[in-house]
Amino acid sequence: MPMTRTIFISDNDPVLHDALVTALRDRNLQETTRVRKTSIFGLSTYSSLMKVFPENVMFANFAASDIADMVDSDFAPNKFSYKDETLPFVGTGPVPFYHKQYRIVLRNCGVINPESIEDYIGRQGYKALAKILSSMSQEQVIEEMKASGLRGRGGAGFPTWMKWNFSRQVEAAEKCIVCNADEGDPGAYMDRAVLEGDPHSVLEGMAIAGFAAGAQRGYVYCRAEYPLAIERVERAISDAEKAGLLGDNILGTGFSFHIELRLGAGAFVCGEETALIASIEGNRGMPRPRPPFPAVKGLWGMPTVINNVETLANVPYIFLKGGAHYAKIGTEKSKGTKVFALTGKVKHSGLVEVPMGTTLREIVYDVGGGILKNRKIKAVQTGGPSGGVIAEQYLDTPISYESLSELGSIMGSGGMIVMDETDCVVDISKFYLQFTVDESCGKCSPCRIGGVQLLSLLNKISRGEGENEDIAKLKQISKAMQVASLCGLGQTSSNPVVSTLRYFADEYAAHVDHKKCPAGKCRALIKFMIDPEKCRGCGLCARRCPVKCITGESKKPHVIDQSQCIKCGECFSACKFKSVTRD
Amino acid sequence: MDTATATKTVSLKINGTGVQVPEGTSILEAAKKAQVKIPVLCTHADLLPSGSCGLCIVKIKGMAKQVRACATAVAENMEVITHDPELYETRRTVLELILSNHPDDCLRCQRNNNCELQRLAAEFGIRESRFAKKLKNLPKDTSTTSLILDPQKCILCGRCVSVCQNMQNVWALEFIGRGYDMRIAPAGDIKLNDSPCIKCGQCSAHCPVGAIVEKDEVEKVWEGLRDPEKYPVVQMAPAVRVAFAEGFGHPSGEIVTKKMYSLFRRLGFKAVFDTNFSADLTIMEEGSEFVDKLLNRPHELPLITSCCPAWVDYLEKFYHDMINYFSTAKSPQEMLGSLAKTYYAEKMGIPLDKVFSVSVMPCTAKKYEIGRCAEMFSSGCQDVDVVLTTRELVRMAKASGIDFEALPEEESDSILGEYTGAGTIFGATGGVMEAAIRSAYFLVTKEELGDIEVKAVRGLKGVKEAEIDIKGTKVRVAVAHGIANVKAVLDKVRAARDNGTETPWHFIEVMACYGGCIAGGGQPYGVNDEVRKQRLEGMYKDDILQPKRCSHHNTEVQHVYKEFLGHPGSHKAHDLLHTHYTKRELYTK
Amino acid sequence: MKQCCGGAVDEFRFYEAQKIELPASLQEFIDQWKDKPGNLIMILHRVQEEYGYVPRQIAMKVAKELDQPLAKIYGVITFYHLFRLTKAGKHTIKVCIGTACYLKGADMIIEEIQELLGIHVGETTDDGRFSLEGVRCLGCCGLAPVVMIDNDVYGEVDKANLADILGKYSE
Ligand SMILES: Cc1cc2nc3c(=O)[nH]c(=O)nc-3n(C[C@H](O)[C@H](O)[C@H](O)COP(=O)(O)O)c2cc1C
Ligand code: SF4
Ligand code: SF4
Ligand code: SF4
Ligand code: SF4
Ligand code: SF4
Ligand code: SF4
Ligand code: SF4
Ligand code: SF4
Ligand code: FES
Ligand code: FES
Ligand code: FES
Repeated sequence: MPMTRTIFISDNDPVLHDALVTALRDRNLQETTRVRKTSIFGLSTYSSLMKVFPENVMFANFAASDIADMVDSDFAPNKFSYKDETLPFVGTGPVPFYHKQYRIVLRNCGVINPESIEDYIGRQGYKALAKILSSMSQEQVIEEMKASGLRGRGGAGFPTWMKWNFSRQVEAAEKCIVCNADEGDPGAYMDRAVLEGDPHSVLEGMAIAGFAAGAQRGYVYCRAEYPLAIERVERAISDAEKAGLLGDNILGTGFSFHIELRLGAGAFVCGEETALIASIEGNRGMPRPRPPFPAVKGLWGMPTVINNVETLANVPYIFLKGGAHYAKIGTEKSKGTKVFALTGKVKHSGLVEVPMGTTLREIVYDVGGGILKNRKIKAVQTGGPSGGVIAEQYLDTPISYESLSELGSIMGSGGMIVMDETDCVVDISKFYLQFTVDESCGKCSPCRIGGVQLLSLLNKISRGEGENEDIAKLKQISKAMQVASLCGLGQTSSNPVVSTLRYFADEYAAHVDHKKCPAGKCRALIKFMIDPEKCRGCGLCARRCPVKCITGESKKPHVIDQSQCIKCGECFSACKFKSVTRD
Repeated sequence: MDTATATKTVSLKINGTGVQVPEGTSILEAAKKAQVKIPVLCTHADLLPSGSCGLCIVKIKGMAKQVRACATAVAENMEVITHDPELYETRRTVLELILSNHPDDCLRCQRNNNCELQRLAAEFGIRESRFAKKLKNLPKDTSTTSLILDPQKCILCGRCVSVCQNMQNVWALEFIGRGYDMRIAPAGDIKLNDSPCIKCGQCSAHCPVGAIVEKDEVEKVWEGLRDPEKYPVVQMAPAVRVAFAEGFGHPSGEIVTKKMYSLFRRLGFKAVFDTNFSADLTIMEEGSEFVDKLLNRPHELPLITSCCPAWVDYLEKFYHDMINYFSTAKSPQEMLGSLAKTYYAEKMGIPLDKVFSVSVMPCTAKKYEIGRCAEMFSSGCQDVDVVLTTRELVRMAKASGIDFEALPEEESDSILGEYTGAGTIFGATGGVMEAAIRSAYFLVTKEELGDIEVKAVRGLKGVKEAEIDIKGTKVRVAVAHGIANVKAVLDKVRAARDNGTETPWHFIEVMACYGGCIAGGGQPYGVNDEVRKQRLEGMYKDDILQPKRCSHHNTEVQHVYKEFLGHPGSHKAHDLLHTHYTKRELYTK
Repeated sequence: MKQCCGGAVDEFRFYEAQKIELPASLQEFIDQWKDKPGNLIMILHRVQEEYGYVPRQIAMKVAKELDQPLAKIYGVITFYHLFRLTKAGKHTIKVCIGTACYLKGADMIIEEIQELLGIHVGETTDDGRFSLEGVRCLGCCGLAPVVMIDNDVYGEVDKANLADILGKYSE
C-alpha cells in the first residue's frame, strides 16, 4: 500500500507520539501514514505541534486526548490548526510565521528525523563532504568559503574562511576544530534547535572545516543543560562513524576526522574561545590574554579553529549550492541568513531565520505578528547580554553586523527581545547586568568589580535613590570595563547600560530626577491608588491582594494601605472598572 | 626564567621614543627601555602574565582596542602610546574599582609603606572613594605558624596561585568560586595547614598587597628582649646579610653582616651568633654522612640535602618513599639553636630555659621548622624560640629608632660566631653543594681541593649538574631549586631505584625557593632575576672576603667538636644535630 | 613528644587516605575516561549523576585516579554552576530567569516560591524536599514564565497556581 500521508509530530512529549501511532493503528492507517518525530518547529509558543503532509496543515496546542478526533476527521482544520489573532484561520498553505523566512540553517529542522542518518542523507546530507574530499583541494575549499562571504554566527562575525586559512597556514603535527555549542545567551536557542533537529549538518560542517584547516580532530563543546542535543549529537557521531562518513579514512579518500563530545557545566563565559579551551582541557573556564590566538595555539597547544553551531550548519549548504549562490543572499557585507530567537512582547515567539538585510520591523511585525495586546513597541534588544537596545525609530534598519553595531548593539548569537511600553530600560539593564555579574569569571578586576558596581548603581536608581552623579558614574565604569576587561564578556557587559543611556536618557532622568518609572516597572517608584470616584466597591481587588491591604465596605470606595502595599499590581489588573491607578 | 639566548631584535616606538628589544619582549618591558613605567598590579617578572588587573592597558597605533602591555609582545614598527588622558582615566577608574573592594586598612596593615596597591593609589592621587564600598566578609586563615592569609585584602591578581602551582608545583592554593565570589583558598575551603602547603612563603613574597603575609612575631621578640629573666640570643642566616639593607633603600646584594651584628646588640641581644657558623657545622655532619655512604654504603646514595624545611615538608608529603635518602643532619638554624641552649648555655652557666633564642631567616618555612618534630626540642626546650624573617627584622630595626646608616661594624660573639666562605654560600642555590664538595674532598683525600670554586653548580638554571673527580672517584651531583624543578631529578632517582640501575647522582641539593634562600619567602619584596643575581653576587663576594673558605677550617667548629660533641656523627652529635622524617598526608581534612 | 618551655607541641596527625570503593559503574566510567584528554569535567558530571553532588571523599578519589591536585579539582567544581558540593533536595525547582521569563515576571515567581518554601535561591528546605535554583533559559521561552521541577516543565506559570504545583511534589 502506498504511503499517502506523512505526519511530523513534535518530540517534546512522547505521549503525543504514542497517542498518534495508536490512533492510526486502531484505524488501520499505519500502513499508509508515516509518522516522524521531529524537534521544535521554531514555533515554541506552542506546547504541542504537528504538521500534516501533503495538506501542509499545522496543528498546535492540542492534547494527546484530542488526537483521535483529529485522525477521525482526516485532519480537517479545527480549533487547533494554526491561527493568528489577525487572521482567524489559515488552513493549508504556508503559515504566516514562515512567510518572510528563508531556511538554510534550519532547512532540515522539523523536516527530518534527527536521529536518522538516512533522513539526513536523503536530504543531500554528506554530499558536500563527499564532493570536497573527492575533488577539491584545501585552497579550493577556502576559496569557496571566501566566495560565500560567510561570517561567524557566534557573535563577532569574523569571516569563517579566514579562520580556517590561518589554521591551515600554521605548521603543526595536529590541529583541531571545535564546535562551539555552549549557547549561553539567556533567551537564545538556535544552536540547540540545530543540534536537536539536524545534528549531522553540524558534523558535516566540522569535517569540511577539518579538511580545509588540515585538522584530524574535532570536539563539540556542548552545554550540559541540553541533554537532548547531547544525546542526538552522540548518536549522530556514532552513526556517521558507522557509515564511514567520519573517523578513519573517510569514504576511502584517506582523510580522517574524529569528533568527540565534551560538556560544559554551566558557565556562560566558556563560550569565549580561550575559556572554552581551558574548559575542554579540564580547567576553570577563565579566559587568557590573546595573542596567542587559538588558531595558532589553542586546545592542548594545537592550532584550533572554533566555530559556532550555526556557522557550521551553513557550510554543507554552501558547498551544495556554491559560494556564489550563497553570497546572493543578504547584504553587501553580511551574507546569508541569520537565525534569531524572537521573544518578548511579540505575538509569535520562536526561532526565525531571515536573510540578512531584513528589517527589524519586518521581523517583529511580519514574522512575529506584532506586539502582544497591541501595545506600543518601545525597542528591540539584540545580542543578549553583550548587546544593546535599538529604539523604535530605528526599526527600519536592514539587519547586518555593521548596522547593528552602528546602532550601539550587536548581532550577537541572535537573541532578539521585543520590549513594549511597559518595559523599563533601567529594569532591563539590571536584568542583563545581573546575568553578566553572575557569569563573570572573576578573573579581571574591571569586569569582576565593575559589573557589581554598575548593578548596584542601577538598583539604587530603580529604588528611587539615584543621584545625578550616578549617571556619570555609570558611564565612567562602563567605559573602563569596555576598555580594560580581559575578554568579550567584560568588554561588552556594559552595552545594555550604554545603549539604553543612549536612547532613553530621559527615562533614566525620570528615575533619578523625578523618582518616577514611566513604564511602571520599578516597584519602589510606583504607587497604586484607588480612585474613589470610579470605584464601585466590588471588592475584587481586595480579594486578589496578596497582602490584604485593601479595605472597604461592599459597594463603597475601597482604599489601599500604602504602608503595606508590596506593589504587585494585582489590584491594577484585577479591577474591571479601571478604578486602580498607577502612578 | 634564565633569559634565553638572544634572538632577533625588534624596533618599535614607545611614546615616540625609538627602542630596540629582543623579539618576544613584552611591551611592558620594552617601555622600561624608553624610561616609561606602566602601572601594573598583577604581572610579575617571575610569572607568566595573567592579564587580570587591567591597569597596564596601552594603545597601539592602528588597533581599535587597547591591549595589555604585560601580555602583549612587541612587533616590528609598533607604535605604542602608554600614557594619555584617556588611558589615565581608565586606569584610575579601574584602580578605584579595586579600592572599592578593598579595606582601607593601611595603618594597621603589614604592607603599610610597602604595598603595590597603596603606592599606586598614592601615585594616582586618589583622594575619595566614589564607588560604594563593597567588602567580602571572609575570615583570615591563621592556621599555619608561617603565614597569614587575609582574603579581605586579596585583589585576586593570581600571583600566589601561579607561584604555588607553577614555580612550586605544590598546588596548595587555587581560585575557588567564580565572579565576584571568587577567592583564593586551599582545596575546597580548608585551612592552609590542612593542605599540602610547604610554607615556603613564595606566595607572600609575590603578593602585591597584604593578603598573604608572614606571621608577624616582632612583638614576641620585643617581649623576650624586655623580659629581665631572659637571656636573648640571636642568629642570622646567610642570605639575610645580602638583602637586609634593601629595607633601607640600599641596592640588592650589599653585604651588611657587621652592621647587623651591632644592630642586634643595640636591640638588646646578649649574644650574637651567626647561622653561617652552623652552616659550617652542617657541612661537617652532612659531609661526613656523605663520605661515609660514598665509601662504605654506596647503594644508599644519593644523599639529599635537608637544610630547607619547605623542601623537607615537600619530600615528606610528595616523595615520602625517598625519605631514606634524606640527610639526617638538621638545618643550620636548628643546629645553632640546639647548641645555644646546650653547649653555650652550659658554658655560660645560664639555665637553658632562660635562653631566649631568636633567629633571623630569609624564610617563612623556618617558622614552621622550629616545631616540626620532637628533635627540634633536643636541648630539652624548643631549640629556637622565635623566627623572624628579614622583612620583620627590617620593621623591627625601624621601630627601634636605630639609625642603620650610621651603625658601626662589629663582630659576632665567639664560640658560635665564626664562619667560613663555605658557610655563607649556603644562602645561594648550589651553595650547600659547593661547600660540601670543598670539605668532602678533604674528608676523603685528606688533601685540599685545588680550585674550590665549583662554578657548575652556581647560577639560576633550574637544575644544575656536575661531576667531581675526587681522586679517581667520580661523584655526580645535582642541584635543583624552585620545587617545580625538582620533579625531573627525583623521578630519575626513583626510576633508577625501582629498576635497580645505578643512581644518576650521588649527592643532590634542593632548595625550595628559586635562587635559593637569597630569594626566600621572607626576604624583602620585589624579587626578580635581576635582584636574585645581585644577591647571589653578594653571597659569592662574601665567600671571597673570608680568610677561610672551607667548613673544616672553621676553628670554632673544630672547637665545639673537641670540647663538646666529640666527632662528626658522634652519639652526642646525633642527639643534638640530627633528625628524622616521616610520611605526611597531603590533606588532613 | 618532648615537653618544652613553651608547652606541648601538637601531636602530629597522620591520615591514611581513605580507601574508597567506588560503585562499579562509576569506576568503570573513570577507567574508560582516565587517559582521554579533557576528562575531568566529564568525570565530575558522572560523579554528580551518581551522588547528586560531589562528596569530598570522591573528589579526593578522583584526584588520585587522575593524578591531579585536589585543589585543581575544587577550582573546577566551584567554577561551574552545575556542580554542587552539598546534597540537593529531593526535588529541584528550577525557575527560569532567562530574558523572556524575566520579562514575563520570573522574579515574582521566585519571590512567591521563596515565600512558600522559606528558602532562597541556592538553598534546600530543612526537610530536604526542595532545592530552589534559578536557571537561564530552559529553551521554551514561548511558554514564559517557565518553572521546571525535576523533569517536568510548567509553562505560563502564575503565582496563584504555584502552591498547587508544589503540592504535587509533597511526597
Ligand atoms: C562571553 C562570551 C560568550 C560567548 N558565547 C558563545 C556561545 O555561546 N556560542 C558561540 O558560538 N560563540 C560564543 N562566543 C563567541 C565565541 O567566542 C567565538 O567567537 C565563536 O564561537 C566563533 O565562532 P564563529 O566564528 O563561527 O562565530 C562568546 C564570546 C564571548 C566573549
Ligand atoms: S572580562 Fe569578565 S569574564 Fe572576561 S576574563 Fe575578565 S572577569 Fe572573566
Ligand atoms: S499593588 Fe498588590 S499589594 Fe498593593 S494594594 Fe494592589 S494588590 Fe495589594
Ligand atoms: S476592583 Fe476596582 S472597583 Fe472593585 S473595589 Fe477594587 S478598585 Fe473598586
Ligand atoms: S594591602 Fe596595601 S592598600 Fe591594602 S590595607 Fe594593606 S597597605 Fe593598605
Ligand atoms: S597620612 Fe593621613 S591617613 Fe595616613 S596616618 Fe597620616 S593623617 Fe592618617
Ligand atoms: S607557602 Fe608555598 S606552598 Fe604554601 S601556599 Fe604559599 S607558595 Fe604555596
Ligand atoms: S593573595 Fe595576594 S598574590 Fe594572591 S591573588 Fe590575592 S593579592 Fe594576588
Ligand atoms: S630555600 Fe631557603 S628560604 Fe626558601 S624555603 Fe628553603 S630554607 Fe627557606
Ligand atoms: S599588569 Fe597587565 S593586566 Fe595586570
Ligand atoms: S639560610 Fe639556612 S639553609 Fe638557607
Ligand atoms: S527565557 Fe525562560 S525559557 Fe527561555
